[in-house]
Parts: sequence; C-alpha cells; structure tokens
Amino acid sequence: MKRKFIQFLGFMLLRTCLYLVLAVLLLFLYDIIRKGGGAISWEFLTQAPRRGMTEGGIFPAIVGTFLVTMITAVLAVPMGMFAAIYLNEYARQTWLTRLIRLAIRNLSGVPSIVYGLFGVILFVNIFAFGTSVLSAGLTLGLLTLPWTITASEEALKTVPDSYREGALALGATKWQSIRTNVLPYAVPGMLTGTVLGLARAAGETAPIMFTGAAFFLPVLPKSLGDQFMALPYHLYIMATQHHNILKVRPLAYGTALVLIALVLGMNMAAVVIRYRLRRKRRI
Amino acid sequence: MSSLRSETRIKRKKRSAVKEAAIKAFFFVNGITAVVVLLGIFGLLLYTSVPAFREIDLKEFLGSAAWDPTSPEKAEYGILSMIVSTFLVTVGALVIAIPIGLGVAAYLSDVAHWRVREIVKPVVEVLAGIPSVVVGFLGIVIFGPAIAKIFGLPHGLNALNGSVLLAIMSLPTIISISEDSLNAVPQAYAEASMGLGATRWQTLVRVKIPAALSGIIAAIMLGMGRAIGETMTVLMATGNARSFPTGIFQSVRTMTANIAIELGEVPYHTTHYYALFAIGLVLFIITFVVNMAADIVLRKYQEREQ
Repeated sequence: MKRKFIQFLGFMLLRTCLYLVLAVLLLFLYDIIRKGGGAISWEFLTQAPRRGMTEGGIFPAIVGTFLVTMITAVLAVPMGMFAAIYLNEYARQTWLTRLIRLAIRNLSGVPSIVYGLFGVILFVNIFAFGTSVLSAGLTLGLLTLPWTITASEEALKTVPDSYREGALALGATKWQSIRTNVLPYAVPGMLTGTVLGLARAAGETAPIMFTGAAFFLPVLPKSLGDQFMALPYHLYIMATQHHNILKVRPLAYGTALVLIALVLGMNMAAVVIRYRLRRKRRI
Repeated sequence: MSSLRSETRIKRKKRSAVKEAAIKAFFFVNGITAVVVLLGIFGLLLYTSVPAFREIDLKEFLGSAAWDPTSPEKAEYGILSMIVSTFLVTVGALVIAIPIGLGVAAYLSDVAHWRVREIVKPVVEVLAGIPSVVVGFLGIVIFGPAIAKIFGLPHGLNALNGSVLLAIMSLPTIISISEDSLNAVPQAYAEASMGLGATRWQTLVRVKIPAALSGIIAAIMLGMGRAIGETMTVLMATGNARSFPTGIFQSVRTMTANIAIELGEVPYHTTHYYALFAIGLVLFIITFVVNMAADIVLRKYQEREQ
C-alpha cells in the first residue's frame, strides 16, 4: 500500500514538471498574442518606423529578415544537401569521415555570437563585403549549415537500401542510382529539415548584429551590399535600446508577435509537410 | 567491326568513370567544408586575438576581475568576473532545468499514454523554436517584474532572471535526449525489476534512470553548452553590470553579453577590439570542451547499447 502511495506521489511530481513547462509556454504565447495583437494593423505591417521609431510599422524589418534568410538558404540548403549526400552515399567509415561528423556536431554547438565574430572577420573585413545583407546572410548560412546537413542526412537514411541496389543491379552507375532512385524520395524530407533550420536562422540576432543589421533604416536595401533592418534585431532595440522604452513597448510586443508567428509558421509548415509525406509513404 | 564497337564501349565506360569520380569529388568538397569552417573559426579567432596580447598579460586577462578598456588612466583587461558570471548564470539554469527536464522526460517515457506523448513532443519543439531575443524580451516584461516583486528588489534584471530564461531554453535539449536514453534502456531491465516485485516508480528511479545515466549526463552537458553560449537572453535580462558577481540577485555581465555590448562601439584594430575577439576565443574553447565531453559520453553510451 505504502509503495503504491509513493508511486502515486512520484508520478504526480513528474506530471507537475510537465504541466509547469506547458504553463510557461502557454504564458509566453498568451502574453505575446494578447499584447502584440493590439499593435498589429495593416499600417504596422506595411509602413516604415516613423518619429524616432515611436510610430509606424516594421515593414523594412520584415523585408530585411526575408532577404537575409534567402541568402542563408542559398548557402546552407544546397551545401547541406551535398554534404549529406557525401556522408550518407559515398563516405566509408574512415578517420576522415569521423572527423567530418565530429566537426558537424561541434559546429552546431558553437555559440551564435562566435559566428558573429567570425562573420565580422571573414565576410565584413577579409572579403570586404562590409556590413551588409550579404555578410549577415552568409554568416547565418554557416550557422545553419550543420543543421541542414544533419536534417538532410536523416532524410537520406530513410530511403531503403533496396532502392539503391535495384538501380545498381540494372547497371546504373552510383550517381545514376542516387539521382534516379534516392533523391526523388529524399528531397521532400530534406526540404522539411532545412526549413526548420532556416526558421531558427531567421530568429537569430547575435550573428547579424555586427555583420549588417541596422539600428534604424527607413528605406529598403537596394542591393546585397546595403545594410538592412531585421525583425529580431529590431525587437532587441525596441526592448532595450530605444530612448523611450516604455512608450514603444506595444510596438515591441507587435514585433515579437510577428517574429514568433514567422518562425513558428515556418516550423508548422515543415511539420505539416513531414506529416503528409509520412502518410503518402505508407500507402 | 566488333572490336571497334567494344573500343567505343571502353571509351564510354572510361568517360563515365571520370564523370563519377568528379561527382564524388564534388560531394566530398561539400562534406569537408564542415571541417574547414570549424578550423577556420578557431584559426581566425586565434589570429585576431593574438595582437591583444602584445599589451595584455595573459595571466591578467584570465585572472583579473577588472575590465575597463576605455579608462583614460590605465586600461584594464581582466575577464574573470565575466567568466564567473557566465558560470553563475549557467549553473543556476541547470539547477532549475535538470530536475524539471528529467521529470518531463521520465513522465513521457514511463507514465504518459502514447497519445499524450505524440502531442507533447511537438509542443516541446515549439518551445525550442522560440527565438532567443523573444525569450529575452519576455524576461524583461514577465520574469523581471515577477522576480522584483517576489524578492522585494528594485528591479528584476539579475543573474536569477538569466538563469530562469536559460533553463527554459535548455529544457527542450535536456528533455528530448534524456527521453531518448530512457527509452533506449532494454525492456528486459524493467521486466526483471518488475518481476522481482518492484513498482513502476521503483523501477524508474532505481533501474531505468541509473541505466540511462550516461545519456542523461550528455543531455545535461549539451544543455549547458547552449546556456554558456547564449547571448541575447542574458544580454537583455541580466542587467549587465560590470562588477564581480556575489549572488544571484546581482546584475551580472556574461562573456557573450560583453562582446555584444562593446563590439558595436569599439574602434577597429585597437587592443580593446582584439581583446573582444580573445573573449570569443575563450568562449569557443569552453563550449568546444563541453560539447566534446558530451559527445564522448554519448558515443560511449551508444556503443555499449549496440
């Protein structure tokens, strides 16, 4: 009897832990949606900030985040896929392969501000791209690379070996077998994983702070060499750096809501694709 | 005639072999990039840090708590208080996140109905998807005022706030890896334990958690690595005072926050500029060691499982 009672208490404790985590998440979402929802309007989404950023909207920040995420994708998506193809299809278990895997795991643990420092030296200074959309996008691209490699490899692993063997048995070369029998099945899964990686990159602040994000810039960037406003950096400024923080708090909440909607929206899209895909496979 | 045909066939085969080799080389170059980038980060940080030590003594850099690079009399470059602040906030985060994260992981692996698990897992992923700058913002507007009220402080931007936020951010990592390792414990262990008359709770606490311990430790270390390197949340929520931390209710400035605050204002190619990269190098080395340690524990554990 006593043992059962202890078990009951123990399981209750574990359940409380779960409820606590869910409560925190709900509190986060509730607070942002309630207070941020009031700030959202057509004007907020389509206008530039005005009057020292105390009025107006966040349109340049939305465009900036979109542009920089595009650059990130151009670097990280194909490279991640190619690297994953090498690791899963070509690489044998050698010390070099183990070294590559080790490097990937370590890269995903490098702090984002360190990527920022790296971007400042490599892209801003050595390549002389200056503080620009290009520098920030490439910095974020390197940050995203380990995630896209891992996600793409996961997708490749789900393709059964019999698909590869079937093509090889018919006399196809290795590349022909990959192209015709592996990639068509793996690419949708690869895309799902890479969209998740890009969503995380879109919400990053530290890597773009010193590589191209601007404090305030009412005009849109005209080329990849221009500075830009970005949603995460704009939120940071509105929350801590603005001269009248309390007055702009509603705008900060609005920015937070748009940012979180963007990131979670991308997440959800990826999850929906994955779910659809799984169902299609089963049939 | 037939010899001619076989000759062209051989030629074609050769050409296709060259093509195959080129394709493989192309994918290899992409694969090796990860190594190049990792070495590049280390190399460039080291290269940019070295000039700082023309003026700064390495012992002073790591051992002194006085950081005042813009002082007109004598510039001081000691990062000890930032290192201690980083570890204070991180340890605080782990004290909160370990019991809760392990509790959730154990609940999901051993208690929850599979349907609950199917719902909760993506929800925890949502938590992982919230950008750090948003978490920092919520630290300012929710946890800061709450901490100030509960403990009767003038404001809540202190180490405790940072710890709470970092705990929330490292929870998804700790939960998912701990749960995986609890699920990987062979079913026979649990069956043997229950067969001897133990309850499910006793089995969980005395058999499954000890059996999964190395995976759990790896999960904690990966969470710790994330917490040490996190920038935006601590930058926004811990107050950033430069003094040496003496308690969790004090405003602290971590290594990451210091880089973020000062890099925007520092003139290029000054000792101060190089010193900020040296802090980045220290940060890189610390997280590298923590992640490597987690990696070794996790690999050993997986090898044993197989």
